[in-house]
Amino acid sequence: MSGAGVPVIRRSGQQGLALQDRRTDPKSFIALGISGLGSSILPIAAMLFAFRDEPIGIGIVLLFALPFVAAAFALAYLRWWKTTYRVGENDIRVESGIVSRAARSVPYERIQDVSLEQALIPRLLGLVEVRFETGAGGKDELKLAYLSEAEGERLRELVRDRREVSVAVEDGTPAAEVDDRVLFAMPPRRVLTFGLFEFSLAVVAVLAGAAQQLDFLLPFDLWDLDAWQERLAGPGAWLAGLGPSAQVLGAIIAIGSLLAIGFATGLVRTVLREWGFILTRNAKGLRRRRGLLTRTDVVMPVHRVQAVKIGTGMLRWRFGWQSLKLVSLAQDAGDASHVVAPFAKRHEIEPIIAETGFALPEDRVSWHSTSKAYAFHRALVWLVVTFLLGAGIEAALLLAPDVESSVVLWLPLIIPALGVLAALREWWNWRFRRYALTHQQLFHCHSRLAPHTDIANRAKLQSVEIAQGPLARRGGYATLYLGLAGGTLNLPGLPLADARTLRSELLDSMTRHDFSTLI
Amino acid sequence: MDEAGLANRNEVATADHGELSRLHPDHIKVLRIAGVLWALPFVIGSGVLETALPGPPGLIVGIVLVVAAILILRVPFRRYQARGYAIGEDRLRVVRGVLFRSDTIVPFGRVQHIDVDQGPLERMYGLATLTLHTAGSHNASVPLPGLDHADALAMRETLRAHIRRDTM
Repeated sequence: MSGAGVPVIRRSGQQGLALQDRRTDPKSFIALGISGLGSSILPIAAMLFAFRDEPIGIGIVLLFALPFVAAAFALAYLRWWKTTYRVGENDIRVESGIVSRAARSVPYERIQDVSLEQALIPRLLGLVEVRFETGAGGKDELKLAYLSEAEGERLRELVRDRREVSVAVEDGTPAAEVDDRVLFAMPPRRVLTFGLFEFSLAVVAVLAGAAQQLDFLLPFDLWDLDAWQERLAGPGAWLAGLGPSAQVLGAIIAIGSLLAIGFATGLVRTVLREWGFILTRNAKGLRRRRGLLTRTDVVMPVHRVQAVKIGTGMLRWRFGWQSLKLVSLAQDAGDASHVVAPFAKRHEIEPIIAETGFALPEDRVSWHSTSKAYAFHRALVWLVVTFLLGAGIEAALLLAPDVESSVVLWLPLIIPALGVLAALREWWNWRFRRYALTHQQLFHCHSRLAPHTDIANRAKLQSVEIAQGPLARRGGYATLYLGLAGGTLNLPGLPLADARTLRSELLDSMTRHDFSTLI
Repeated sequence: MDEAGLANRNEVATADHGELSRLHPDHIKVLRIAGVLWALPFVIGSGVLETALPGPPGLIVGIVLVVAAILILRVPFRRYQARGYAIGEDRLRVVRGVLFRSDTIVPFGRVQHIDVDQGPLERMYGLATLTLHTAGSHNASVPLPGLDHADALAMRETLRAHIRRDTM
């Protein structure tokens, strides 16, 4: 059990078990050092740039920067030296910390999955970060940075084997051997198409705001239409004489460039995240690899999947694109559930769902609709709130002394208009929202313009809550909140009697299984 | 479904919708004292405002006192009336909320761990809060306050007997 290139620590004081204590890969201090420097590289670069014409200045900067660089690497080296891990009989233990030591142990049964992540620099050095997902979430997860690729892979196989043994013993049936086969992959063309739909409105908003706040940084005034006209007048002086139409042209150029930036941001982010996306099925579960610079490699054990969610966006649905997420206790890069098909057609999603042991609703499933009063109340709330808000702003504008333009006075009308649209959407969604219960599963379909389908395993739910606000009591409906390990699932607007029946049915199937056999 | 199963089902149905056990009446007192402690800074603050601002004497203090009186005398009683629980054969039902009603059922088989907590006020009256923790993101913890401390401990033992020993 000696991994290549991993030093084994021998302590004279302890015998036996201490032999199993290992350090992470020696090269990891380089990667840790560079990432430790990460935040200070920019100021150093900025100072070098500022002194670019003065050799003495550059010398001084380097003199000051050198201790920081040295400290970062010394710290990284200490961290590497002080971090040890042990692969025990029942658990994985990691001891770390330079000043205050922390020892953490995670039993194999509690490890939801083991994910490997390679950021750019570790990847160049052939290192991986190994994370043991327990469902504790975020920074509480046990992780080892960094191990050699071979050691990471070995550790993952080992953890899986240990865990599968205990699971198989429990179930009484050994896990069937299945070959690695591709379930879903995204060729570059698909990734690029996906990127186009990931238009980043947030970036556009931030940029538009920043352009107003930080325009002093630009060599020209972005919002000065006269200057735009002058610039445009360079090659074609005729524009200057056009007056208002040139102003419109300037506005179009400004909006167009913001849109282009929004599209480019979405495209770049998507390509970075999804490049080389491949989902395979192996003996242990579904394995997903993706990423251009930071490559991640995650395995989701199929029996730990609590629910599946099919989603889409308003625009991409017009082209038939959907996404598939698996809900489990493990977290996926900040996201609560694992995306196993971010951008796929229906016929590609169906086999993946079948592989997870879930099933799509059949034709003969009997659907139940939700309460009409719920949709009515929601629409009413939208209308009342937006009308009050619009009226309030309108009153403020009328009272303000220096507002005379009629255009400005008409502007607040946009708010109630949006309210009417939202109310209409509630109405539309009511006719579409429905749920169904089969022997195994609970289905919930909602949102008409971008249809979502949630499928939960009845037996794997944790708790059921019926909640009613004042309006809901008046309308005789309730929201059913289902406790789902690692995710949320709620059915709003059920008629109260239906909610009670549904809860009884769900509890019947829940009480038949104990928690320890489910997760 | 056989007869025994049907009988069992009916029993379960009553556990889901039937009569609820009330919390200990001293729970109202705990809520009232908590209300007094909560309202005190506001009453003092309104007194200070009263002396600092011109206007009819006693207006601000009067309004604050009326609101505080409702919060201390009426609301705790309503909250107590709205709360209840039922222990079934394999599940616990917790009901709470005056304006926003919530009715939660947790099967014993889904309980991760159990807390029995006593705040200083609860300790004065020998009460306790039983909290069930589940693995779900929603209802990750379901608190049941205002139980007699001995009852809470007994409930914890009942629950623990139902939770299967894990494979550790």
